[in-house]
Amino acid sequence: MALDARLISPAGLEFFGKVCAAISHDIKNVLAVINENGGLLEDLCHMAEKGRPIDPSRLKRLAGDVRQQVRRADGIISAMNRFAHSADEPSAESDLVELIGLLGLLAKRLAALRGVVIQTPVPSVPVLVTTFPFGLLNLLWICLDCTMTASGSGRTVELIAEKTPDGAVIRFRRLDQIDVALIAAIVLDRTSAMSQALNAAISADERSSELVVRLPKGGSVQPTPA
Amino acid sequence: MKVLLVDDEKELVTTLAERLSIRGWEAQWATSAEEALDRLHAESFDIAVLDVKMPRVDGLLLKKKMQAICPAMKFIFVTGHGSSQDFQTGASEVGADYYLVKPLNIEKLIAKMNEALQR
Repeated sequence: MALDARLISPAGLEFFGKVCAAISHDIKNVLAVINENGGLLEDLCHMAEKGRPIDPSRLKRLAGDVRQQVRRADGIISAMNRFAHSADEPSAESDLVELIGLLGLLAKRLAALRGVVIQTPVPSVPVLVTTFPFGLLNLLWICLDCTMTASGSGRTVELIAEKTPDGAVIRFRRLDQIDVALIAAIVLDRTSAMSQALNAAISADERSSELVVRLPKGGSVQPTPA
Repeated sequence: MKVLLVDDEKELVTTLAERLSIRGWEAQWATSAEEALDRLHAESFDIAVLDVKMPRVDGLLLKKKMQAICPAMKFIFVTGHGSSQDFQTGASEVGADYYLVKPLNIEKLIAKMNEALQR
Protein backbone atom coordinates (compact mmCIF):
# COMPACT_ATOMS: atom_id res chain seq x y z
CA MET A 1 0.00 0.00 0.00
CA ALA A 2 1.34 3.46 -0.92
CA LEU A 3 1.75 6.20 1.64
CA ASP A 4 -1.06 8.74 1.66
CA ALA A 5 0.37 12.21 0.90
CA ARG A 6 -2.01 13.71 3.45
CA LEU A 7 -0.09 11.85 6.17
CA ILE A 8 3.39 13.00 5.18
CA SER A 9 2.46 16.64 4.77
CA PRO A 10 4.34 19.74 5.93
CA ALA A 11 2.76 19.02 9.33
CA GLY A 12 4.38 15.57 9.29
CA LEU A 13 7.77 17.05 8.49
CA GLU A 14 7.35 19.63 11.24
CA PHE A 15 6.46 16.85 13.67
CA PHE A 16 9.48 14.82 12.58
CA GLY A 17 11.74 17.85 13.00
CA LYS A 18 10.46 18.75 16.46
CA VAL A 19 10.82 15.21 17.75
CA CYS A 20 14.35 14.90 16.35
CA ALA A 21 15.35 18.26 17.86
CA ALA A 22 14.00 17.26 21.28
CA ILE A 23 15.80 13.90 21.12
CA SER A 24 19.10 15.49 20.10
CA HIS A 25 18.76 17.95 22.97
CA ASP A 26 18.17 15.12 25.44
CA ILE A 27 21.18 13.20 24.14
CA LYS A 28 23.33 16.33 24.38
CA ASN A 29 22.35 16.61 28.03
CA VAL A 30 23.30 12.99 28.69
CA LEU A 31 26.66 13.54 26.99
CA ALA A 32 27.19 16.71 29.01
CA VAL A 33 26.68 14.82 32.29
CA ILE A 34 28.97 11.94 31.23
CA ASN A 35 31.53 14.52 30.10
CA GLU A 36 31.54 16.18 33.54
CA ASN A 37 31.76 12.81 35.29
CA GLY A 38 34.77 11.91 33.11
CA GLY A 39 36.29 15.32 33.79
CA LEU A 40 35.84 14.90 37.52
CA LEU A 41 37.52 11.49 37.35
CA GLU A 42 40.48 13.14 35.63
CA ASP A 43 40.55 15.87 38.28
CA LEU A 44 40.59 13.24 41.05
CA CYS A 45 43.42 11.37 39.28
CA HIS A 46 45.47 14.57 39.00
CA MET A 47 44.91 15.22 42.69
CA ALA A 48 45.96 11.64 43.50
CA GLU A 49 49.16 12.14 41.51
CA LYS A 50 49.88 15.10 43.77
CA GLY A 51 49.44 12.95 46.87
CA ARG A 52 45.76 13.31 47.75
CA PRO A 53 44.28 9.80 47.98
CA ILE A 54 41.13 8.92 46.04
CA ASP A 55 38.16 7.81 48.09
CA PRO A 56 36.97 4.50 46.49
CA SER A 57 33.36 5.23 47.45
CA ARG A 58 33.57 8.48 45.46
CA LEU A 59 34.78 6.53 42.42
CA LYS A 60 31.99 4.01 42.89
CA ARG A 61 29.40 6.79 42.96
CA LEU A 62 30.82 8.35 39.80
CA ALA A 63 30.78 4.99 38.01
CA GLY A 64 27.15 4.53 39.09
CA ASP A 65 26.27 8.00 37.76
CA VAL A 66 27.81 7.16 34.38
CA ARG A 67 25.91 3.87 34.20
CA GLN A 68 22.70 5.69 35.06
CA GLN A 69 23.26 8.14 32.20
CA VAL A 70 23.95 5.24 29.83
CA ARG A 71 20.60 3.69 30.86
CA ARG A 72 18.94 7.06 30.27
CA ALA A 73 20.51 7.36 26.82
CA ASP A 74 19.44 3.81 26.04
CA GLY A 75 15.84 4.74 26.85
CA ILE A 76 16.04 7.83 24.63
CA ILE A 77 17.55 5.87 21.73
CA SER A 78 14.98 3.08 22.10
CA ALA A 79 12.15 5.62 21.86
CA MET A 80 13.87 7.22 18.86
CA ASN A 81 14.16 3.82 17.20
CA ARG A 82 10.46 3.06 17.75
CA PHE A 83 9.59 6.51 16.41
CA ALA A 84 11.76 5.97 13.30
CA HIS A 85 10.11 2.60 12.60
CA SER A 86 6.63 4.09 12.98
CA ALA A 87 6.97 5.26 9.36
CA ASP A 88 7.89 1.82 8.02
CA GLU A 89 4.43 0.66 7.01
CA PRO A 90 1.48 2.77 5.80
CA SER A 91 -0.83 0.30 7.52
CA ALA A 92 0.22 -1.80 10.49
CA GLU A 93 -1.38 -3.30 13.55
CA SER A 94 -0.48 -1.03 16.45
CA ASP A 95 -1.14 -1.07 20.17
CA LEU A 96 -2.60 2.31 21.11
CA VAL A 97 -1.44 1.90 24.72
CA GLU A 98 2.15 1.52 23.51
CA LEU A 99 1.72 4.31 20.99
CA ILE A 100 0.54 6.87 23.56
CA GLY A 101 3.35 5.68 25.87
CA LEU A 102 5.82 6.46 23.08
CA LEU A 103 4.13 9.81 22.48
CA GLY A 104 4.55 10.61 26.18
CA LEU A 105 8.27 9.83 26.00
CA LEU A 106 8.79 11.84 22.80
CA ALA A 107 6.93 14.86 24.16
CA LYS A 108 8.34 14.71 27.69
CA ARG A 109 10.96 17.42 27.23
CA LEU A 110 8.70 19.80 25.36
CA ALA A 111 6.08 19.29 28.06
CA ALA A 112 8.64 19.95 30.80
CA LEU A 113 9.67 23.20 29.13
CA ARG A 114 6.03 24.29 29.36
CA GLY A 115 5.77 23.08 32.96
CA VAL A 116 3.29 20.36 31.97
CA VAL A 117 3.44 16.71 33.07
CA ILE A 118 2.20 14.03 30.67
CA GLN A 119 0.71 10.94 32.28
CA THR A 120 0.35 7.79 30.20
CA PRO A 121 -0.88 4.36 31.30
CA VAL A 122 1.37 1.47 32.25
CA PRO A 123 1.13 -0.97 29.31
CA SER A 124 -1.26 -3.75 30.24
CA VAL A 125 -4.15 -4.84 28.03
CA PRO A 126 -3.32 -3.88 24.43
CA VAL A 127 -5.75 -1.84 22.37
CA LEU A 128 -4.95 -2.90 18.83
CA VAL A 129 -5.85 -0.93 15.74
CA THR A 130 -4.65 -1.07 12.17
CA THR A 131 -3.37 2.33 11.23
CA PHE A 132 -0.39 4.30 9.93
CA PRO A 133 1.53 4.62 13.21
CA PHE A 134 3.56 7.70 12.21
CA GLY A 135 0.44 9.50 11.00
CA LEU A 136 -1.49 8.68 14.16
CA LEU A 137 1.45 9.78 16.33
CA ASN A 138 1.48 13.05 14.38
CA LEU A 139 -2.24 13.55 14.94
CA LEU A 140 -1.95 12.79 18.66
CA TRP A 141 1.11 15.07 18.91
CA ILE A 142 -0.98 17.98 17.58
CA CYS A 143 -3.77 17.10 20.04
CA LEU A 144 -1.23 17.06 22.86
CA ASP A 145 0.36 20.32 21.71
CA CYS A 146 -3.04 22.05 21.73
CA THR A 147 -4.05 20.62 25.12
CA MET A 148 -0.70 21.59 26.68
CA THR A 149 -0.97 25.11 25.28
CA ALA A 150 -4.46 25.43 26.74
CA SER A 151 -3.51 23.81 30.06
CA GLY A 152 -0.51 25.99 30.86
CA SER A 153 2.22 25.50 33.43
CA GLY A 154 1.70 23.35 36.49
CA ARG A 155 -0.93 21.06 34.95
CA THR A 156 -1.00 17.34 34.15
CA VAL A 157 -2.45 16.00 30.91
CA GLU A 158 -3.45 12.35 31.08
CA LEU A 159 -3.76 10.12 28.02
CA ILE A 160 -5.65 6.85 27.96
CA ALA A 161 -6.59 4.39 25.22
CA GLU A 162 -9.71 2.21 25.39
CA LYS A 163 -11.51 -0.30 23.27
CA THR A 164 -15.08 0.68 22.44
CA PRO A 165 -17.91 -1.25 20.73
CA ASP A 166 -17.26 0.91 17.66
CA GLY A 167 -13.50 0.60 17.59
CA ALA A 168 -11.08 2.42 19.89
CA VAL A 169 -10.75 5.78 21.56
CA ILE A 170 -7.92 7.92 22.91
CA ARG A 171 -8.83 10.42 25.59
CA PHE A 172 -6.88 13.48 26.69
CA ARG A 173 -8.02 13.98 30.26
CA ARG A 174 -7.67 16.30 33.26
CA LEU A 175 -8.60 19.34 31.19
CA ASP A 176 -10.92 20.80 33.85
CA GLN A 177 -11.78 24.48 33.44
CA ILE A 178 -10.44 24.43 29.90
CA ASP A 179 -12.56 25.04 26.82
CA VAL A 180 -12.25 21.56 25.29
CA ALA A 181 -14.66 22.46 22.47
CA LEU A 182 -12.27 25.21 21.42
CA ILE A 183 -9.30 22.81 21.59
CA ALA A 184 -11.19 20.30 19.44
CA ALA A 185 -11.98 23.02 16.89
CA ILE A 186 -8.32 24.09 16.72
CA VAL A 187 -7.13 20.49 16.38
CA LEU A 188 -9.68 19.85 13.63
CA ASP A 189 -8.53 22.96 11.81
CA ARG A 190 -4.89 21.85 11.98
CA THR A 191 -5.50 18.22 11.10
CA SER A 192 -8.52 17.96 8.82
CA ALA A 193 -6.79 16.12 5.94
CA MET A 194 -4.74 14.00 8.33
CA SER A 195 -7.78 13.00 10.41
CA GLN A 196 -9.69 12.09 7.28
CA ALA A 197 -6.84 9.94 5.97
CA LEU A 198 -6.57 8.16 9.32
CA ASN A 199 -10.34 7.78 9.60
CA ALA A 200 -10.13 9.51 12.96
CA ALA A 201 -12.89 11.62 14.52
CA ILE A 202 -11.94 14.37 16.93
CA SER A 203 -14.44 15.75 19.39
CA ALA A 204 -14.82 17.38 22.79
CA ASP A 205 -16.55 15.69 25.70
CA GLU A 206 -17.50 18.80 27.63
CA ARG A 207 -19.15 16.87 30.47
CA SER A 208 -15.93 15.09 31.40
CA SER A 209 -13.61 17.82 30.07
CA GLU A 210 -11.86 15.52 27.62
CA LEU A 211 -10.54 15.79 24.10
CA VAL A 212 -11.49 12.57 22.34
CA VAL A 213 -9.98 10.89 19.26
CA ARG A 214 -12.13 8.04 17.93
CA LEU A 215 -10.76 5.41 15.61
CA PRO A 216 -13.86 3.61 14.34
CA LYS A 217 -14.35 -0.02 13.52
CA GLY A 218 -13.98 -0.68 9.83
CA GLY A 219 -11.94 1.50 7.53
CA SER A 220 -8.34 1.47 8.75
CA VAL A 221 -9.21 0.36 12.26
CA GLN A 222 -9.59 -3.12 13.61
CA PRO A 223 -10.32 -3.61 17.30
CA THR A 224 -8.56 -6.34 19.24
CA PRO A 225 -10.27 -9.72 18.87
CA ALA A 226 -11.92 -10.78 22.14
CA MET B 1 34.84 34.46 42.83
CA LYS B 2 31.32 33.16 43.42
CA VAL B 3 29.48 31.44 40.62
CA LEU B 4 25.90 30.17 40.51
CA LEU B 5 25.25 27.29 38.08
CA VAL B 6 21.64 26.90 36.94
CA ASP B 7 20.49 23.91 34.90
CA ASP B 8 17.61 21.46 35.30
CA GLU B 9 20.14 18.63 34.90
CA LYS B 10 21.05 18.15 38.57
CA GLU B 11 23.88 15.69 37.88
CA LEU B 12 25.45 18.22 35.54
CA VAL B 13 25.43 21.22 37.89
CA THR B 14 26.55 19.25 40.96
CA THR B 15 29.54 17.73 39.15
CA LEU B 16 30.43 20.99 37.43
CA ALA B 17 30.25 22.79 40.79
CA GLU B 18 32.64 20.23 42.28
CA ARG B 19 35.08 20.65 39.38
CA LEU B 20 34.98 24.45 39.64
CA SER B 21 35.53 24.20 43.40
CA ILE B 22 38.67 22.12 42.76
CA ARG B 23 39.86 25.03 40.57
CA GLY B 24 39.33 27.58 43.31
CA TRP B 25 35.86 28.91 42.48
CA GLU B 26 33.14 29.20 45.10
CA ALA B 27 30.49 27.34 43.12
CA GLN B 28 26.86 26.79 44.02
CA TRP B 29 24.02 25.39 41.97
CA ALA B 30 20.26 25.46 41.39
CA THR B 31 18.06 23.25 39.23
CA SER B 32 15.29 25.74 38.46
CA ALA B 33 14.78 29.44 37.93
CA GLU B 34 12.78 29.66 41.15
CA GLU B 35 15.56 28.04 43.17
CA ALA B 36 18.15 30.31 41.53
CA LEU B 37 16.18 33.44 42.42
CA ASP B 38 15.77 32.22 46.01
CA ARG B 39 19.54 31.78 46.28
CA LEU B 40 20.17 35.20 44.80
CA HIS B 41 17.84 36.80 47.33
CA ALA B 42 19.84 35.13 50.11
CA GLU B 43 23.38 35.89 48.90
CA SER B 44 25.24 37.59 46.08
CA PHE B 45 27.18 36.03 43.21
CA ASP B 46 29.69 37.48 40.78
CA ILE B 47 28.57 35.43 37.82
CA ALA B 48 25.93 32.90 36.78
CA VAL B 49 26.08 30.11 34.23
CA LEU B 50 22.57 29.55 32.87
CA ASP B 51 21.07 26.83 30.71
CA VAL B 52 19.12 28.50 27.91
CA LYS B 53 16.22 26.04 27.90
CA MET B 54 14.73 25.24 31.29
CA PRO B 55 11.21 24.36 32.37
CA ARG B 56 8.78 27.23 32.92
CA VAL B 57 11.31 30.09 33.00
CA ASP B 58 14.03 29.92 30.35
CA GLY B 59 17.58 31.21 30.76
CA LEU B 60 16.99 34.50 28.97
CA LEU B 61 14.06 35.46 31.17
CA LEU B 62 15.90 34.26 34.26
CA LYS B 63 18.83 36.54 33.37
CA LYS B 64 16.48 39.56 33.34
CA LYS B 65 15.03 38.58 36.71
CA MET B 66 18.48 38.03 38.21
CA GLN B 67 19.76 41.32 36.83
CA ALA B 68 16.86 43.11 38.51
CA ILE B 69 18.13 41.74 41.84
CA CYS B 70 21.85 42.02 41.15
CA PRO B 71 22.59 44.49 38.30
CA ALA B 72 26.37 43.98 38.37
CA MET B 73 26.17 40.23 37.89
CA LYS B 74 27.69 38.67 34.76
CA PHE B 75 26.19 35.81 32.77
CA ILE B 76 27.32 32.89 30.62
CA PHE B 77 24.74 30.84 28.70
CA VAL B 78 25.03 27.17 27.86
CA THR B 79 22.85 25.12 25.58
CA GLY B 80 22.37 21.60 24.34
CA HIS B 81 21.23 23.06 21.00
CA GLY B 82 19.95 20.56 18.48
CA SER B 83 20.73 22.47 15.32
CA SER B 84 22.95 25.20 13.96
CA GLN B 85 19.82 27.32 13.55
CA ASP B 86 19.02 27.01 17.27
CA PHE B 87 22.60 27.99 18.04
CA GLN B 88 22.60 31.04 15.73
CA THR B 89 19.31 32.28 17.18
CA GLY B 90 20.41 31.76 20.75
CA ALA B 91 23.84 33.26 20.22
CA SER B 92 22.45 36.41 18.65
CA GLU B 93 19.97 36.83 21.49
CA VAL B 94 22.49 36.59 24.32
CA GLY B 95 25.75 37.56 22.63
CA ALA B 96 27.90 34.84 21.09
CA ASP B 97 30.84 35.73 23.34
CA TYR B 98 29.01 34.34 26.33
CA TYR B 99 27.39 31.33 24.75
CA LEU B 100 28.77 27.81 25.10
CA VAL B 101 27.52 24.49 23.77
CA LYS B 102 27.21 21.27 25.78
CA PRO B 103 29.17 19.12 26.46
CA LEU B 104 31.25 21.82 28.13
CA ASN B 105 35.00 22.18 28.14
CA ILE B 106 35.68 23.41 31.67
CA GLU B 107 38.81 25.33 30.73
CA LYS B 108 36.87 27.19 28.03
CA LEU B 109 34.07 27.87 30.51
CA ILE B 110 36.53 29.32 33.02
CA ALA B 111 38.16 31.43 30.28
CA LYS B 112 34.74 32.80 29.32
CA MET B 113 33.85 33.50 32.95
CA ASN B 114 37.14 35.37 33.50
CA GLU B 115 36.61 37.33 30.30
CA ALA B 116 33.07 38.29 31.33
CA LEU B 117 34.19 39.30 34.82
CA GLN B 118 36.96 41.52 33.45
CA ARG B 119 34.59 43.52 31.24
